[in-house]
Amino acid sequence: MSAVTPFPADARPLLEVRQLSQVYNLNRQKLFAPRPKLKVLDSIDFSVRPGEAVGLVGESGSGKTTLTRMLTGVERPGEGQVLYDGVDVWTGGEAHEKLFRRSVQVVLQNPRSSLDPRMRVGTSLLEPLRSLRIEGDHAARVLEVLDQVGLDKNALERFPHEFSGGQLQRIAIARALMPGPKVLIADEPVSALDVSIQAQVLNLLKDLVRDLGLSLVFIAHDLSVVAYTTSKVYVMSSGKIVEVGKPLDLFRNPQAEATQALVGAVLSVEAGLAGSALA
Amino acid sequence: MTTSAKPHAIEVNNLVVSNGDVTAVRGVSFTIPQGGRMGLVGESGSGKSMTALALMGLLPMGWNTHGNILHDGVDLVTQSDKALSSRRGRTLSMVFQDPLSSLNPVRRVGDQISSVIRRHTGADRKVAEAQTIELIKQMNLPRPEQLVRAYPHEISGGQRQRIMIAMALACYPQLIIADEPTTALDVTVQKQVLRLLNGAVRDRGSALLMITHDLPIIAAMCDTVAVMYAGRIVEIGPVQEVFRNPRHHYTRGLLDSQPTMDNIALDGSSRLVSIPGMVPPLHSLPTGCAFNPRCPAATDKCRETMPELGSNGVSAACWHPIQTAGEVAAQ
Ligand SMILES: Nc1ncnc2c1ncn2[C@@H]1O[C@H](COP(=O)(O)OP(=O)(O)OP(=O)(O)O)[C@@H](O)[C@H]1O
Ligand SMILES: Nc1ncnc2c1ncn2[C@@H]1O[C@H](COP(=O)(O)OP(=O)(O)OP(=O)(O)O)[C@@H](O)[C@H]1O
Ligand code: SF4
Ligand SMILES: [Mg+2]
Ligand SMILES: [Mg+2]
Repeated sequence: MSAVTPFPADARPLLEVRQLSQVYNLNRQKLFAPRPKLKVLDSIDFSVRPGEAVGLVGESGSGKTTLTRMLTGVERPGEGQVLYDGVDVWTGGEAHEKLFRRSVQVVLQNPRSSLDPRMRVGTSLLEPLRSLRIEGDHAARVLEVLDQVGLDKNALERFPHEFSGGQLQRIAIARALMPGPKVLIADEPVSALDVSIQAQVLNLLKDLVRDLGLSLVFIAHDLSVVAYTTSKVYVMSSGKIVEVGKPLDLFRNPQAEATQALVGAVLSVEAGLAGSALA
Repeated sequence: MTTSAKPHAIEVNNLVVSNGDVTAVRGVSFTIPQGGRMGLVGESGSGKSMTALALMGLLPMGWNTHGNILHDGVDLVTQSDKALSSRRGRTLSMVFQDPLSSLNPVRRVGDQISSVIRRHTGADRKVAEAQTIELIKQMNLPRPEQLVRAYPHEISGGQRQRIMIAMALACYPQLIIADEPTTALDVTVQKQVLRLLNGAVRDRGSALLMITHDLPIIAAMCDTVAVMYAGRIVEIGPVQEVFRNPRHHYTRGLLDSQPTMDNIALDGSSRLVSIPGMVPPLHSLPTGCAFNPRCPAATDKCRETMPELGSNGVSAACWHPIQTAGEVAAQ
């Protein structure tokens, strides 16, 4: 992230997938026709090291969300491996699976739909500890995490509708931090937010990576947002990783067609003022 | 304002929208000339959609409008619901924030477009259907003959958004209001949709009111911009001037919060400027300038008296407008 890399360049990946493929069956076109198949993920290699922030970009439908489902263990891959700390999460035994599940947490795009509207914020925050059966001083943990995301403790008594979008996204990040994860996966965490609030949330994610030594997997459509938050970017297209590189290199010198399309479609205020944005 | 022979596409004077309890729009004025394009930006909850809905006569139950909305020779504020309804889709039309909830889920998309055409032009079914196919072709949609027969859930988000635009354009309205027409789309589809809207508005000579919190979209599409904060316009002017030399501190904050390839990532140590705090709730606005709790330049005067647009000879409602480089040099 900074000029001085916070992790040794040869550090072992913390979360990794190897040669991962996933095929979905689609609806039949005719009654007795075979069901067409769609290869949603095709031989994916992807990894993130301790304290590293990596980005994942790609056009709509390229498979980004499906890959995060694999990275978080929500779905088991048809082919290939998901490794946490070097051990396969599906065959590494129960204790390792438990460690994996508490160590990898996710933040979703729309905080309003990812938090239960009938639950007080305090209850929502405790929920992951309960479902992962994590012991300890839960009250102290809540206060610690609220402090990390810059929220006041009077937030605990309130309901989601009493907060703005930016505050809710902080709450969603707080909830993901509760189990003390090592890897945070954020799927389009700011695209539902206003520009000025986006900046607050992006800065927060950046601080968490630095202060807590978290690894971050950051997914977005907008390359400039990804470039701001991460130091390495994977580009996906039709289920494949088509390019990997530093954000600035991808911007200046995109190689794959998919990267070129994404870079070319980024609108900027400057291009707009120059009259060239929609050319 | 009155010297031009041509009437404006719309002229809004001191628009107030309230429900008796809170006031979501607190005295908004602007004009859009024939064929002009104005952007309306501002944070979530600043009153952009309420302004648009007031123009369309589509406010939710219990909300009412004061002020004037002059359009096509009448004041829309004084028009009956029936008169307003006969205008919608004809002299003014709107692309809504969420296409899935504003298209009818159980009617084929082609029928939805052609019924708008038939209602407003009296064209017979055949003519309307032919025009619908033509419109869908103009929207660059694939397989038009097949697509008209699809239901909204059978097409992708980007396709749905283009159907909405086709519907809004069907009767060559004088004014098109587009409320966040591309937020749900990925950057490549977004650019495609904006290009289409751009070309279609130009070809029809319609005026455009573009609502978004995305500044690059305004820069690409509009010639003037109005910045809203807490129900009021706090800065208004040509896009080139406002974005290059913002006068209001909120406008400056918005522009600085924008991640661009220039302000990021060279060594990774950069931080985005963000506006601290958040928009105040409408029922407990601070006295004076509503932005004062978040403003780096706020003084006692800002906390006591509300600034009006133009009160300092600039088109920003600010007691201490940001100086341009020229003004600084002249001192
Ligand atoms: N359960 C499923 N059955 C069949 N196809 C599916 C299923 N889930 C996803 N797909 C398809 O898999 C592909 C990848 O979808 P995915 O949600 O991973 O894309 P994405 O890159 O996250 O896109 P977006 O940017 O729009 O969120 C798409 O073509 C999608 O239609
Ligand atoms: N149906 C409603 N009932 C009560 N309050 C409402 C209703 N619709 C909007 N409001 C309030 O009116 C104010 C203005 O809302 P509006 O929808 O115009 O904001 P906006 O600028 O369009 O925001 P966004 O960017 O989120 O679309 C907000 O404070 C909102 O909470
Ligand atoms: S009036 Fe005062 S508080 Fe409001 S924007 Fe101007 S300087 Fe800031
Ligand atoms: Mg997705
Ligand atoms: Mg709105």
